[in-house]
Amino acid sequence: MLKLIGRRLVQMVLIILVASLLLFVIFDTPQFKKRLAVQELGGFAVSALSEADYQEWLASRGLDVPFYQRYVDWMGNILTGDFGFSYEKNTEVGPLLASRLANTGILALCVFALMIPISLTLGVLSGMREGSPLDRSITFISVFTTSIPEIATAIILTVVLALGLGWLPAKSAMIQGFDVKQLILPVLTLVIYDFGYVARMTRASMAEVMTSQYIRTAVLKGIPYRRVVMKHALRNALIAPFTVIVLQLNWLLSGVVVVEVFFEYDGFGKLLLEAALFPDVEVVQACTLAAVVVAVTSQIISDVGYTFLNPRIRFS
Amino acid sequence: MPEAATSSAATLEAVQPATGETPVLECRNLCISYFTRAGEIPAVVDFNMKLMPGEAQGIVGESGCGKSTVALAIMQYMGKNGRVVGGEILFEGRDMRTMSEEELRQIRGSKIAMVYQEPMASLNPAMTIGDQLAEVPIFHESVSKDEALSRARKMLESVRLPDPDRILSSYPHQISGGQQQRVVIAMALLSNPKLLLLDEPTTALDVTVEAGIVELIKDIAAEFGTSMIYISHNLGLILETCDRITVMYSGEAVEVGSIKDVFDAMRHPYTRGLFASIPVPGADKNSHPLVSIPGQLPLPHQRPPGCNFGPRCDFFVKDRCDVGAIPMTEIGNGDHHASRCVRVDEIDWDSTIGAGDESEPTVPGDVVLKVDGMTKHYEIEKGALFFSGEKHTVKANEKLNFDAREAETVAIVGESGCGKSTFAKVLMGLETATEGSVAIGNVDLAEMPVDQRGPETISNLQMVFQNPFDTLNPSHTVGGQIARVIRKFGAETDEKKVKARVMELLDIVKLPRDFAKRRPRQLSGGQKQRVGIARAFAGNPSVVIADEPVSALDVSVQAAVTELLMDIQRENRTTLLFISHDLSVVRYLADRIVVMYLGQIMEQGTTDEIFSPPYHPYTEALLSAVPIADTHVKKRKVLLTGEIPSPSNPPKGCPFSTRCPYMIAGTCDTIPPPIVEFSHGHRIACHLPRDELAAMEPVIQIEKEPAHVA
Repeated sequence: MLKLIGRRLVQMVLIILVASLLLFVIFDTPQFKKRLAVQELGGFAVSALSEADYQEWLASRGLDVPFYQRYVDWMGNILTGDFGFSYEKNTEVGPLLASRLANTGILALCVFALMIPISLTLGVLSGMREGSPLDRSITFISVFTTSIPEIATAIILTVVLALGLGWLPAKSAMIQGFDVKQLILPVLTLVIYDFGYVARMTRASMAEVMTSQYIRTAVLKGIPYRRVVMKHALRNALIAPFTVIVLQLNWLLSGVVVVEVFFEYDGFGKLLLEAALFPDVEVVQACTLAAVVVAVTSQIISDVGYTFLNPRIRFS
Repeated sequence: MPEAATSSAATLEAVQPATGETPVLECRNLCISYFTRAGEIPAVVDFNMKLMPGEAQGIVGESGCGKSTVALAIMQYMGKNGRVVGGEILFEGRDMRTMSEEELRQIRGSKIAMVYQEPMASLNPAMTIGDQLAEVPIFHESVSKDEALSRARKMLESVRLPDPDRILSSYPHQISGGQQQRVVIAMALLSNPKLLLLDEPTTALDVTVEAGIVELIKDIAAEFGTSMIYISHNLGLILETCDRITVMYSGEAVEVGSIKDVFDAMRHPYTRGLFASIPVPGADKNSHPLVSIPGQLPLPHQRPPGCNFGPRCDFFVKDRCDVGAIPMTEIGNGDHHASRCVRVDEIDWDSTIGAGDESEPTVPGDVVLKVDGMTKHYEIEKGALFFSGEKHTVKANEKLNFDAREAETVAIVGESGCGKSTFAKVLMGLETATEGSVAIGNVDLAEMPVDQRGPETISNLQMVFQNPFDTLNPSHTVGGQIARVIRKFGAETDEKKVKARVMELLDIVKLPRDFAKRRPRQLSGGQKQRVGIARAFAGNPSVVIADEPVSALDVSVQAAVTELLMDIQRENRTTLLFISHDLSVVRYLADRIVVMYLGQIMEQGTTDEIFSPPYHPYTEALLSAVPIADTHVKKRKVLLTGEIPSPSNPPKGCPFSTRCPYMIAGTCDTIPPPIVEFSHGHRIACHLPRDELAAMEPVIQIEKEPAHVA
């Protein structure tokens, strides 16, 4: 187990190194730097930028030192907790990233709290009796909701619940501080989009378990059907969806861009988009780092959890 | 001892006076169908059975004959698309079809219990064995969990599992296959059922383990008075366990009767064909070849009119055998002996079955394959959970020494984990040996992986695989696959000649030429294996390894494929290495036998030398364990206790010492056994003194007179 986690952590460090190096190389090309300079200095075109101005800008941003040295410095700073400076937002990247991650974290938590019980219940009910009317309706609904893009769901919900009925605020910018009401629409949008996927995974897993020989053994042992499902089928059927659910964590982090931007919710996705459009190099780099860490961490959680759920692996 | 015979006779007598009693189970004109998109498919038609208390009945038949369907129908568990469409299933006089779900639940697991073919798949992988066992008394007798667990513990003891406490807290994957099956049997017995259904309970197990389970089942029947239905494809097992037998073919019972009537005076052509196609002692590849049943099993929706066996039957008469439904006919002289044959009174049942073609024994030539001190060790990392570089050695093969001559069949026999497959892998170049040499001619192959071998070497050494279903590429035609091999080996390059050679090979394996255009899914298992054989022989190999080539096939097809392999071998003077766990087949076709256990050779010699004393104690147990479908055979019982040790942690000294009944403490468990040579080539690796080995009694004896006198 420790070995597994260790291996994953080494993997994480490697991925971070490769990804950040890649970004560094791209951002270090003269073309890119010149474009950035023009944007910040307020010129019209790269051709209009004088060499002197460019050099001055480079020096002011500390970009005149050699590439490898900057990379090592950047790495060293990160280890001391300094994530750089956002020239667009005129603030330290570290605290900015932390507050945005926290916002997305709240969103993700709400989505999970709602989605997991819904999708697991539906998936289990549906997989328990494959081909029954209930199964068919659940399958239809989950395919339907997953097929509609988030943006469409977001628009429909806003039009109906916010603009039409006026029950909920249309935007989630939270200007007057945190407001739970503003959280409802983005959470609903994400849950509607995502629950179908997890429900179908659970259904497939449950249906497979229900046809297995040990379920036959349990039924022919004469124990009540309820217990066959709750005690024998469920645990085995949840092993596969568990992995999927944990990997949704990763999806929520980068996949919520559309929803966050639409509802003007100040989360990680929105930050990433803004930084990429500007382009705010240090923020993009810090965000990449965060994304890699979350991706690998969710992978570790899913591996460890899988081992825990599956005695065949735990005791081998 | 003819224990099997005497005990079955005793139970028969016990049953006879009880005819006034209600049968435990009665099936009357039972018809079961599956409903698929293609329509209704009758799986079982007109099935009758009357099972008295304490009686054991066997159902025997090939795959697809409906034997498992009968068992599941008795349990009323047929899935969504299976249904009883006619007849009755009476359990203690009540029709099970009219019972509610709740009534069925109360009967299942308490009055009727079942033991399944694959113990591993039948146990819940995520629950401890204790929890799974305890459920039975908890839900049927509403006892407390502690009480349930202590009953479970007691039951584990009575199925002779060592260390029941450890097993109670284990998960299924932590114990061996034989132990798992004992757990399933314990689970079935926990509520003391009236009826026990056993669906191929030992098919997935090794022979010596199987022998233990069979013994256990017999003891249980005697001790608890449980009625049993024993389903198997193995006639020998039915003989050892049952009082009566039902032979099924293509969804119908074709012959029913007491063991002695059906085994010694069969009255249906299919039963007769079945017995002629299994290798029993006395059959011999040269003077007494097997007779296979021609043709193949019809698919359920393609059954012929009239008798299902008609198209494959020697006694088929047009306009009599192919009209109308054929009823069961009672045969007057027997003990409720009946046959589903319209010509049962006309056929001369004493006539010898159309004898197979006799042939001259082949004379082996020079040594072709020489294995000298071949050793294969695997290094695995120990303790996957922690950082530790500790290495662990699995001794898959340890100093193998033997050779094989031209045109000779050498069988390598052993149970799982004995290293026979590892040896085949090294020979084929999929693994390299750790030490020693394996030479074909002058080429040493031991450390030459397959990608370093020239086409000549590869084509010279080919393999027929165990599972014909997975070894043919499903998206290529049969002809294409054979032609590819011919081109690869450079046997022929001209396209016309390649094609001609493909046709020739199809002729050799007795497949119609237009099969070249077919794809594997259009072929039956036996036909696929023929293609596998054609492919192996495409490059005129001098050595062919056949790894359990017939074990995945049905009995009646096995004989045909075995005969084919023998014929081609005889024709080409090929050296055949036949890897098998089935001693009956091996006795029939091998010239010499190598007996392996846990990676080492325990005994080797000619077939006669292996089958008669002196034996290695393991060979002795192995011979005693193999069920033989012949009432004239007397077997001496040698039962082994314990399980096969893991090859990653073999016993010091003799690998067999942990289970050997002759174990000499202090010697066998510490010092590797010396090799004792009896005659030239007959070698036994054992510590027992020479004269003690020589004084052993034969295990298998054939009586001249039938064991049962009618």
